[in-house]
Amino acid sequence: MSIFLAQRLTILVFTLLAASLVVFVVLEVLPGDPAAMMLGVNAQEDTLAALRSQMGLDRPAWQRYLLWIAGLLQGDMGRSFTYDVPVRELVAERLAISLPLALLAMLLSAALAIPLGVLAAARRNGPGDLAIAVLAQVGIAVPNFWFAILLVLLFSVTLGWLPAGGFAGWDAGIAKALASLLLPVVALALPQAAILTRVTRSSVLEVLGEDYLRTARAKGLSRRAALWGHAVGNALIPVVTIMGLQFSFLLAGTVIIENVFYLPGLGRLLFQAIAQRDLIVVKDVVLLLAGAVVLVNFLVDLLYGVLDPRLRRSLRHG
Amino acid sequence: MIRQMGRGLAAMVLCGLLAGPLAAAEQGIVMGMVLEPPHLDPTAGAAAAIDEVVYANVFEGLTRIDRDGAVQPALAESWAVSDDGLTYRFNLHDGVTFHDGTPLTAADVVFSLERARADDSVNAQKALFEPIESVAADGDDSVVVTLKRPTGGFLFNLGWGDAVIVSPQTAADNKSTPIGTGPFKFRRWVKGDRVELERYDGHWAPPAKLPEATFKFISDPAAAAAAMLAGDVDAFANFPAPETLAQFEADPRFKVVIGSTEGETILATNNARPPFDDIRVRRAMAHALDRDAVILGAMFGYGTPIGSHFAPHHPAYVDLTGRYPHDLDAARALLAEAGYPDGFEATLKLPPPSYARRGGEIVAADLAKIGIRLELIPVEWAQWLEQVFTNKDYDLTIVSHTEPMDIGIYARDDYYFNYNNPAFKALMAGLAAETDEAGRYEILGEAQRMLAEDAVNGFIFQLAKHGVWNAKLGGLWENSPVQANDLTEVEWTE
Repeated sequence: MSIFLAQRLTILVFTLLAASLVVFVVLEVLPGDPAAMMLGVNAQEDTLAALRSQMGLDRPAWQRYLLWIAGLLQGDMGRSFTYDVPVRELVAERLAISLPLALLAMLLSAALAIPLGVLAAARRNGPGDLAIAVLAQVGIAVPNFWFAILLVLLFSVTLGWLPAGGFAGWDAGIAKALASLLLPVVALALPQAAILTRVTRSSVLEVLGEDYLRTARAKGLSRRAALWGHAVGNALIPVVTIMGLQFSFLLAGTVIIENVFYLPGLGRLLFQAIAQRDLIVVKDVVLLLAGAVVLVNFLVDLLYGVLDPRLRRSLRHG
Repeated sequence: MIRQMGRGLAAMVLCGLLAGPLAAAEQGIVMGMVLEPPHLDPTAGAAAAIDEVVYANVFEGLTRIDRDGAVQPALAESWAVSDDGLTYRFNLHDGVTFHDGTPLTAADVVFSLERARADDSVNAQKALFEPIESVAADGDDSVVVTLKRPTGGFLFNLGWGDAVIVSPQTAADNKSTPIGTGPFKFRRWVKGDRVELERYDGHWAPPAKLPEATFKFISDPAAAAAAMLAGDVDAFANFPAPETLAQFEADPRFKVVIGSTEGETILATNNARPPFDDIRVRRAMAHALDRDAVILGAMFGYGTPIGSHFAPHHPAYVDLTGRYPHDLDAARALLAEAGYPDGFEATLKLPPPSYARRGGEIVAADLAKIGIRLELIPVEWAQWLEQVFTNKDYDLTIVSHTEPMDIGIYARDDYYFNYNNPAFKALMAGLAAETDEAGRYEILGEAQRMLAEDAVNGFIFQLAKHGVWNAKLGGLWENSPVQANDLTEVEWTE
């Protein structure tokens, strides 16, 4: 097990190093002067130089890279050019929205998809299966931002039940905060659930054809007991893999949804930082996301061990 | 015990009923804004969004610009200008305090102006302070500013957001916790979402009518429309979805007020690059430009055509839209005369706003009719600033200049238009020296005519201000003579 952990840690470190180099080099090549972006067209040359110096942009590239890495190792993510606050604060504020959003969306999508997928596999080629297949197709085909706008039109504008967007803040009370996250979570979860349903269905179907399932039925287990007791657990491995990938996407790929609901999330922060040439924020957030992806993959690997005893053994001896 | 509970319940219900109307009597406002300010210090950044939150609300200067674009006293209750126009004496109001309770003194004014014009200043409009020779306090209530040369627009310049008065103790933190002298004080900023202000009871002028104000940042036009319709937002000073305005006009809950801004939208032309260095080519382009088509197609019909670089709502405006009437034959003739009977090819760089991206397609179609084939190149603002503005590496571009009274940019050596006309520079010098209003208007008229004559740029239209707000709100500005959301006179009417 410790070898396994050591392997994973090495992967994490190398991934982060590679990601940091890539993002740094890309941003060096990107045209645009952060100082000019902030001070606008009327600024004089000496003002621009003063600001560049303040932001540390007059140093050579390798120096800036090493200073950045050194800062990160000490937990200092630097100061945002645009907002002039520690990047750590900014990221923490945005994570307070993006993390719950991603987790809730994933939970909702799993809660919908797994039962539906299992049901579809159990009633294969029956009317239930067909209906679920159609729903899944529609869910995949519909663009999630269009669906989001429809949700807003119905629940906010017409019915007035939920706010049209924005985030009330966790200090406004759990109920209000969750109310402002409800529509975005649904908008994010449904397309993901559609994909997950199909994956679950095909995975369960595959497992249903295995010998041990036939043995379980021969032992006298009912269809339902065999299905839920033996089939589903083993079928979950591909499902969990996809969920891991989805989580990484949900953490930062939801810029469009964050725009529709004007949520101050991590995706929007990254998008705006690129447009405003807030290079420090871009670098830090990209690195953070790279680390998150590796971490999620690591957790998924551990989860494999829980789900499949055969893998547990190999982990222990690995 | 049940009877006691019943009485208690009745008392609570009664309180609730009474508290209802009492609480509703004083209601705040939620203003929608498209762009979030990067920070809240108007003296350290050029983003219009900063002024749109704090100008006149949190920060004040010696003078202020009112809703009609006129200069009004603010922290200076009166002033006297010497005959030679070089010495300004400002008398400050009594009893002015900053939001942290410290009183405003002349020393704070001196500090603010010196800070803006210092060598290491990061003030985006440092040029406004360049004519200042010296600033000195005369006692606690008077400030004497001496200029290097007479500057006609000086009082107007002091009304810009970049010239507000700040406190020496708190100036360094104004980006995140602004402390000013205005009728509203800063409460908190939930980054990415909103800025909250509340009424400052220690304000030197009669208190604001609103107990609090929240600025919510909604960049997506569809989301903005949804927020207005759902009642999450009370007002949008400049609504980003003009295509939906008809819906709001038909709804009695809302008022749609179309005003004007200081944004001259121009087809900026690189006057130093052939073939645009030939005045006949520029005039040909002016004849081919169909302003109404651009306004209709790009701005859904909202906008005012212009013939020079000046705002139509200003009293000194001269209507020069007829100088080059829409005439394709005349355009082709001029092009042929200049040596391009078959037209030529060029590039048109377009920054992100829709007036540029959508307007660019229409302009390209107009110019294609006389043989000028344009390649449309969309660029981001950072690229535009670098390529077009700094390096002057462009043929044509479409951009809106939103600073008030900025006709003087045509006199700058090195400005990206590459327009170098000594006669114009002389005009601008004369304008700076002229302090009489009628005299200034005459010079401004001449300046507009000169720019139109030289066809320096394609002057397309003035950006409109699409104001949409709750029908019960009064006091919001119709026009935008400066970038601001002045809430001092806003109130809920019934």
